[in-house]
Amino acid sequence: MKLLKSISFILALPVLLILWWVAATLGGASFFVPTPADLGKTFIETWVGERMFTDVLPSVQRLVLGVLGAIVLGVLLGLLVGMNRTARAITEPVFEFFRALPPPVLIPVLMLLVGINDGMKIAVIISGAIWPVLLNTIEGVRAIDPVQNETSRSYGISGLARIRYQVLPSATPTIMAGIRQCLSIGLILMVISEMFASSSGLGFAIVQFQRSFAVPEMWSGIVVLGLIGVIMSFIFQWIERRVLRWYNGLKEVENAV
Amino acid sequence: MSAITSTAPAEARQAKRRKSGSKFPNGFWGLIGIVTFLGIWELVPALGIVEAAYLPPASEVLMTLFADLALTAFWVAVGETMLAWFIGLAAAVLLALVLGLVIGMSSFLRRATNSTIEFLRPIPSVALIPLAVLLFGTKIESSLMLIIYACFWQVLIQVLYGVADVDNVAMQTARSYGFSQIQRIRDVIFPTMLPYLMTGIRLGAAVALILAITAELIIGAPGLGKEIQLAQSGGAIAGMYALIVATGLLGVAINLCMRIIEKRVLSWHASVRGENAA
Repeated sequence: MKLLKSISFILALPVLLILWWVAATLGGASFFVPTPADLGKTFIETWVGERMFTDVLPSVQRLVLGVLGAIVLGVLLGLLVGMNRTARAITEPVFEFFRALPPPVLIPVLMLLVGINDGMKIAVIISGAIWPVLLNTIEGVRAIDPVQNETSRSYGISGLARIRYQVLPSATPTIMAGIRQCLSIGLILMVISEMFASSSGLGFAIVQFQRSFAVPEMWSGIVVLGLIGVIMSFIFQWIERRVLRWYNGLKEVENAV
Repeated sequence: MSAITSTAPAEARQAKRRKSGSKFPNGFWGLIGIVTFLGIWELVPALGIVEAAYLPPASEVLMTLFADLALTAFWVAVGETMLAWFIGLAAAVLLALVLGLVIGMSSFLRRATNSTIEFLRPIPSVALIPLAVLLFGTKIESSLMLIIYACFWQVLIQVLYGVADVDNVAMQTARSYGFSQIQRIRDVIFPTMLPYLMTGIRLGAAVALILAITAELIIGAPGLGKEIQLAQSGGAIAGMYALIVATGLLGVAINLCMRIIEKRVLSWHASVRGENAA
């Protein structure tokens, strides 16, 4: 009974919205909004098959490479800068500027510097998505409890071992918050780098549909992007729960006391 | 006991030193960082590592930026971007605040909408670009649609967290003193929610600028992004870099303003008071 209730809570509103959509398009679909049945049919026709391999998978591959690159580079550079007070002070204004710079403006720059190819799109994703990871790593390292640092020092834990067992774990909650932002920026940049300069990929396909007024196909592309966003968010939440299990447990204990 | 008290002044001294940097103030190091960055930018094209046609030296870009500052067209573009930013952000905040309060105050609505919100939130706003083009073309409404969609979720989630954070005892006290619905919102929920709301607005402000520029760059809505695109396709490379630097400075200014506003509005709140005392 309890299970049934929570399932109905999860499903009730989406079902209502879809019913409303069906009812609203019943008297003949408008030009801009296809009927649910049309959209479903177009979705399968458009995306299941060849397009999956020519547009969707290459885009996703670029996204994954770009985001992984941004995370690895951001954490490494963040550790390097965050552990040195002077380096932090020197880089702060420059990094603040790059964080505040809206990442899409990097596309025309990288088009010039790298040229229009796959490398450019990955470079766009890395150069836009690295800032939240980098700045959060710096902040996470900076905010480490000084008692921990002093304990490490007095036990003679230094170098890689210190980073591995003390610095990284303490900074992980902050780094994960940065990675969450990095993912959504990465997805945005993947789409618009393809809209701006490309002859393949999801963003290109969607713009192509829109320009040829293939409205149901365009909507199906929007659905694909939405699904990618939702799947990414679920994967991230799953990883975050596992990585931060100790942290969430600690917080629960602290809150209970 | 005495050991603990004796370390206290040393710790305080250390904390002070940590805050202000070792020998020089942080501002001095920051300035060195900026100068070094500009120096590298100046040297890279001068040494021929990257062709100057693709990356003009910093001095040339900054000169172009200063020249831009005297032009009306530049300020018109800034104004257009800021107008879309402001209207979009304000509309998103208003919408999210009202809906967040309505949903957050009823546990039934909270449970019923949770799945839908969690599903709609990660959908990237740029997915709506083709729809915006189809509906509004290159008008400012295109920018607004993207900005409102993206900021709405940022603010809504924060408002929901904020309303959920309201202390039960305070709420029950208000109820037993016969507070009306409006009084309860104004005097109990609002103060608890305000820090969350400000966080949402601060995040939303940054996102709104990103989407305003994106819409202008991709769709061609009027503003700085469109000017960047025009400069790029027209081969005015130094002009393009100057506009990009201007966009970044605009972003820095927005971040700073938002932080100041947040501090002002929340000056009574423990998190801000604690910061000032330290």
